Amino acid sequence: MAETAPLRLNVPEPEVRPGGKPDFSNVKIPKAGTVDRPPVDVAPADIRDMAYSIIRVLNRKGEAVGPWSGTLTPEEALSGLRDMMRVRAFDRRMLMAQRQGKTSFYMQCLGEEAIACAFRKAMEDGDMNFPTYRQQGLLIAGGYPMVDMMNQIYSNTHDPIKGRQLPVMYSSKSHGFFTISGNLATQFVQAVGWAMASAIRHDTKIAAAWIGDGSTAESDFHAGLVFASTYKAPVVLNIVNNQWAISTFQGIARGGSGTFAARGHGFGIPSLRVDGNDYLAVHAVAKWATERARKNLGPVLVEYVTYRAAAHSTSDDPSAYRPKEETDAWPLGDPVERLKNHLVAVGAWSPERHKQAEAEIDAEVLAAQKQAESYGTLHSGPKASPRDIFEDVYDTMPPNLRRQRQEAGY
Amino acid sequence: MPRMTMIEAIRDAHVVAMERDENVVVFGEDVGYFGGVFRCTQGLQEKFGKDRCFDSPINEAGIVGTAIGMAAYGLRPCVEIQFADYVYPAYDQIVSEAARIRHRSAGDFTCPLTVRMPTGGGIFGGQTHSQSPEALFTHVSGLKVVMPSNPHDAKGLLIASIEDENPVIFLEPKRLYNGPFDGHHDKPIIPWSKHPLGEVPAGHYTVPLGKAVVRREGSAVTVLAYGTMVYVAEAAAEESGVDAEVIDLRTLHPLDLETIVASVKKTGRCVIVHEATLTSGFGAELAALVQEHCFYHLEAPIRRVAGWDTPYPHAQEWTYFPGPARLAAALTDVMEG
Repeated sequence: MAETAPLRLNVPEPEVRPGGKPDFSNVKIPKAGTVDRPPVDVAPADIRDMAYSIIRVLNRKGEAVGPWSGTLTPEEALSGLRDMMRVRAFDRRMLMAQRQGKTSFYMQCLGEEAIACAFRKAMEDGDMNFPTYRQQGLLIAGGYPMVDMMNQIYSNTHDPIKGRQLPVMYSSKSHGFFTISGNLATQFVQAVGWAMASAIRHDTKIAAAWIGDGSTAESDFHAGLVFASTYKAPVVLNIVNNQWAISTFQGIARGGSGTFAARGHGFGIPSLRVDGNDYLAVHAVAKWATERARKNLGPVLVEYVTYRAAAHSTSDDPSAYRPKEETDAWPLGDPVERLKNHLVAVGAWSPERHKQAEAEIDAEVLAAQKQAESYGTLHSGPKASPRDIFEDVYDTMPPNLRRQRQEAGY
Repeated sequence: MPRMTMIEAIRDAHVVAMERDENVVVFGEDVGYFGGVFRCTQGLQEKFGKDRCFDSPINEAGIVGTAIGMAAYGLRPCVEIQFADYVYPAYDQIVSEAARIRHRSAGDFTCPLTVRMPTGGGIFGGQTHSQSPEALFTHVSGLKVVMPSNPHDAKGLLIASIEDENPVIFLEPKRLYNGPFDGHHDKPIIPWSKHPLGEVPAGHYTVPLGKAVVRREGSAVTVLAYGTMVYVAEAAAEESGVDAEVIDLRTLHPLDLETIVASVKKTGRCVIVHEATLTSGFGAELAALVQEHCFYHLEAPIRRVAGWDTPYPHAQEWTYFPGPARLAAALTDVMEG
């Protein structure tokens, strides 16, 4: 019998670790404007290659080029820039507030602002997002009051969800933002169900599912794909590939497959990849996907290629698992800078006005923070009644909870 | 009044609920065209169309997860898990999501969802078609847990569950689907055709969630039972000659503590019977509550009679779950103790 060498387990590793030189040579980036824009009713099989490319609109000179450009006027793009700047300023303030002990925890979306902000502008009122904890841009770009977000982060007396959730786990039905779970990927299949319900009722509303690259390993992601595919649900299935699931690089969840977008192929779902740091490209793809869904042509899977520039959360230290310089080495740049440069290039904006806008937005965020803090923070100021703990478990309080509430003294 | 099997009563409950409210949708594995492996949803697709009753992929997390999304939209999904043994892939969706959506969103989103599943043994289903997972759900805040024991209650409780604003786990004792102790038994019990409880009113009615019922009045000992065990309790009372009062809990959460306490205070003794494994079973909760509320009225220690702490054995079901003989021995013991 021939000798067989012992088997060995394959554990994927990122190209570099702390102390090494950042290397994104494996990220193949096509030139802006080079990926075709198919009609929205294209057969999924005809655009299989789009799951391996990256749709880009903004080139290095800040010009908007190619078939995916032109979905926004300069005024709309400027409004998008302001949304992203607001998100960034909001994150900066709330990170500081966490460091000052005013709340327990915070999660920023530094470097990923374009994705949620631009996607929100492609949706209509009444549509529903089933987000993760890094889509605060959906709320800010959707006009949800920043002070209410801060009230949630502070768990103060004006917290719309009464101090029951970890900071950033917002909920707003009226703003199309489903209550966030900490259990990963559960919302993905729920979004598909919401979209199915809209179809059952012959409504015109659509849903958007959100998931990170790491969480695509969860079973619920695959459940979402099979249900969306089977019932042709009017849903946009969004994967934000920001390269890192806490300390685990995206290759662990992705395994040997080409891309996350390619996961859609087995389900016959049209699957696209887009430059997640290019506001104009994200918006154009979001428009394409939402239009396809709304026309009852079924689900679309979109992978946003981006980079999580900051730590996963305030409890994370990225310098322990990736080179510090990696953020700057990310080849798709910074979404705010890129859109700003574009608007300056087309004459709709200037560095001076940008500086002024930064100051205005900082003042706006600071004013919201002062207002929120007047209602209390996690460890100071008035508190909501502990009676609230017992409310909303059921629509009417059952006898055991009533007994326990009385025992607690409320 | 028409007489029905539990399967027919459950089917009728679906029809009534779907006719009254177009938001009620029904789906699950084999549920649409075929009508479910036990035929509980037979004819619904034909009557209400494929928008209201349809087959789903074999993916329990997907069934419950999509149903949660539908409930958040404003529908009232009533989904079937083919056997309770297969609910575990959906456990996270039920426990971490359905049960908490109202609370974590402060009522902004709600989850009026019913998850039906055949439960318990007695049909030679082996360890993958016989489990009784009720205690896994009664431990979860935000869920209601229901287990009917007869066709009348099955219809009324199911309509009440579908109309309820909360997520409800609806456990159907499959051994009662075609009549009590249908199939394999150590002692024949009165079948539906002769049992007054086989009568099922036509049209809409509900059996309220959270209300137990006294099935057999007695003065010597209270037997707390639900599902199939209600018949075991009635048979054991006859067999032992002990004047036992049998309470059918019907809803495990919320629990009708008032009826339980009144009975135990009257009888002074309590025996709890369930088919699920003993350790950390729902009987432990019942025993603790009886002890807390009736300690000074008790004349003997509370006894539990339950399934053994083993996986469910295919060929030895009647050794595994409590039958009238085991319960009768416990009743005799508790009277002597």
